[in-house]
This record gives sequence, structure tokens and C-alpha cells, in this order.
Amino acid sequence: MIELNNISKTFTLHNQGAAVIEVLSDVSFSVEPGECVALTGASGAGKSTLMRMIYGNYLARSGEIRIGDVDIVRSEPRTIIALRREVLGYVSQFLRVVPRVPTVNVVSEPLRAVGVSATDAKARAEALLLQLNIPERLWALSPTTFSGGEQQRVNIARSFAHTYPAMLLDEPTASLDATNREVVLQLIEEAKARGTAIIGIFHDKAARARVCDREIDVSQFSPEVAA
Amino acid sequence: MTPLLSVRGITKRYGTHIGCADVSFDLYPGEVMGIVGESGSGKSTLLNCMAGQLVPDAGEVVFDTRANGPQNTVTMSEPERRMLSRTDWAFVHQHACDGLRMGISAGGNVGERLMAVGERHYGDIRGDAKDWLQRVEIDAARVDDRPTTFSGGMQQRLQIARNLVTGPRLVFMDEPTGGLDVSVQARLLDLLRGLVRDMNLSAIIVTHDLAVVRLLADRLMVMKSGRVVEAGLTDQILDDPQHAYSQLLVSSVLQV
Repeated sequence: MIELNNISKTFTLHNQGAAVIEVLSDVSFSVEPGECVALTGASGAGKSTLMRMIYGNYLARSGEIRIGDVDIVRSEPRTIIALRREVLGYVSQFLRVVPRVPTVNVVSEPLRAVGVSATDAKARAEALLLQLNIPERLWALSPTTFSGGEQQRVNIARSFAHTYPAMLLDEPTASLDATNREVVLQLIEEAKARGTAIIGIFHDKAARARVCDREIDVSQFSPEVAA
Repeated sequence: MTPLLSVRGITKRYGTHIGCADVSFDLYPGEVMGIVGESGSGKSTLLNCMAGQLVPDAGEVVFDTRANGPQNTVTMSEPERRMLSRTDWAFVHQHACDGLRMGISAGGNVGERLMAVGERHYGDIRGDAKDWLQRVEIDAARVDDRPTTFSGGMQQRLQIARNLVTGPRLVFMDEPTGGLDVSVQARLLDLLRGLVRDMNLSAIIVTHDLAVVRLLADRLMVMKSGRVVEAGLTDQILDDPQHAYSQLLVSSVLQV
């Protein structure tokens, strides 16, 4: 479902003396449907960079990233947008929303984007918010004023509203209490059972051991090790 | 799929000064594209060339018209272009007073676009006008008030209603949230997002506000000195800019 071939990444900082930072080189691996792969490695090893490249958020310098039959590295914006709408979900570490939009609309938006009716999208959004223990009195409010943990749960509800065939999870259980962590882990297990291919970053070792089928240490792809 | 708008080699000079040079891109139905750059970078010149308000010195703008398929709007006759600007196109100005008639009522402002495309039944026009006022969150009871009695945010929403009432397929926006209070901006952005999705609109938004393009635009063009220096997916350009100028632009935004 997700396949990376010889991916490398450098950052060129034009306004800081054109410094070139090599982050990753020669990354190749693949993830099958229903499989969950954890990216590991010390902070700064390039886990998030790699994940952002798979999402098309960062531009790979060379190589190819295939999600289904789309090569993210060489696709037009509209192809990537369609892919993100229908195929590839992403749970980021931070929630980014239009201010003043009610939480329930924030969560139902990905469903509205794939053509689900307003009523059905709202019902699914409410079920997820309930499951993630967001009090009902908050649903009509914008999540911008919520606590960190609440925002993260809204973010997760939003990302799990539509059932994507491929998902990227950047620390989905960080800043959650035990009850909600359990709910999120169950959502991940349900997604796997549906055949979703997942790549995740988990600093929570127990969570990683429970949902991930294998680990990939990203530090092996750092250019110094390769050279 | 046929692009809705296909721009090839658009160049506009002001004497020896370059307004914009050799700009080409394709816009597909339902896509929202942002154009960013500092003032004087040529983004408004480009927008005006595309919307038929300025005649480019070179290049073509091919629009997929509802009636006759793809047509070069640069070479078509003035009446044809005017008809397009009343039916398939909409133009939202930065200053609402440039896009509204300040001397006639809010309902008249919306109704005028309808009459321009042949609507004649007073009751229907008034009904549509009230419906659109509500869609842009203006109380229908204000239908007979002049826009001069409206706040800046309301005027901007009225301008949007006036533009969208005829069901256009392409909307040109020049700094649509510029000059508005931030709280009003947020509401307007949410409104625009909903309308773009529900009406499957394509839009080209010129702005210097990177937060606005992040929320509204699918893709982005960065302009400097009249040329496009970088183009691509909005979040990719904002989070991993490749060109020196885009890096400077993104890193210059003050963090709140």
C-alpha cells in the first residue's frame, strides 16, 4: 500500500549562507494493507521529516513514494489533494483549524469532503467525540480554546472520521490520559482490522508494542551512517 | 479532465517596467489557488490580466466556457468577455466599495447581477437576494438598506453574495480579507470555504497573508519581481519552501 524507494532529503537554507543539511538518504521500505509499522530513532533522526515526505508536505530530493499507484514525489497538487481526501489520512501532533468553527463541524469536515451528507457526517462525528470523551457541551464550540489533550482528541476524531486505506500517525497517544489512550489504541486496531496500512511514531513504548507489527529505525538512513 | 482555466505565457509591461512575465499554469474545476508575494511583485497585475480587466502584452488565457468550451479570453470580443464576467466569473475586490454600488440597496446590489443575466421577475429576484443575504449571514431584514449603512465585514459579505448569486464557476479574489478585523476575517474565511466546497467553485486568491492561503488554497504560486519563483502544494511550499525568496517570505511571518 505504501512503498518508498531510495528516498533522500536535504534542506538548503538559502538565507543562512546556503547551508545544506543532509537528513536522510536511501530510504526504502514498504507497508502492506493491515500492517502497522513504527518509525523509531532518537530525536532529530528524521522520523517526522520522513513522515511529512510521505504525506507530500516535504519535498523529497530524489526517489519515489508510492501510495497505491500514485507517486507522491512527482504528482500534481490536485492529485495529492485527492489522495489526501480519499486515501491517505494524517494525525499531526497539533490541531490546525479555521477559528470559530464548531468542533462537530471540524470533525465532520473530512466526511463532507468525500461527499457524505451533512446529517450522516454529523452523526459519525458525534459518535467519535462521544467515544473520545469530549463533553457534549463543547461540541458547538471552536476547539481553539480547548486544553492540549482535548485538542489532540478532536484531532484524532477528525482523522478517524473517514476510513482511509493508509494512515500516518505522529504520536497519536501523546498528552492523553490512560482511558483516552486506550480508545485511540482501539481505533488504531480497528483501522488495521479494516486493512489500513499505517506508519506511526510512538514514544509510548507499550502502545508501540501493542499495535505495531514491526519497527524501522530511521537513524540507519542518516547520511553519516551510510557514508 | 479539461482545465477550467489555462494560462500560457502571460506578460504585462508598464513601459520598461515588468508587471508580470511569462506566467503559465492550469487551474482545474474545484481548485483554489493562492498567489502570494510582496507588494509590487505583480500578483494583482496577473489577476487583472486573467480576469479581463487588463490586456496582457503577450500570452493567452483560455477559459472553458459553459456555452462554447475553451475560448481565449484575451482575443475574444469585448461583449463576450463582459458576458463571461457576469455569468461564469466573479471578482471580489479588496475594497467592497469597488465591487458594490454604494447608492443602491443591498437587495438591489444582488439583484442587479441577476437582471444582467436576464432575470425579470421582481418577486423572484427579491426572493433570491434575501436568500443570498442569509447565506452570507446578513439579516434579510436589511435587504432595503444601502451598503453605506453596513460594517466593513458586512459589505465584504454583500460583495460575495452579489458575485456568487449567478452561480459562477471561477472567482477571482484580490485580498478578500485585507483591511478586515481579524475576528471578521475568520468568519469570512469559513464562509468562503463552505461556499467553495458546496458550489464546487474554482478560485484564484491574491493575498500577502500566508495564514489565509494556508486555510483556503490547495496550491500556491510565489511571485517576485513579476515572475513565478515557486509553485506547488500550499502546505509543501509553506513548510518546505525551496526557493530563496519563498524561504525568506515564510520565515518573515511573525509568530503570534
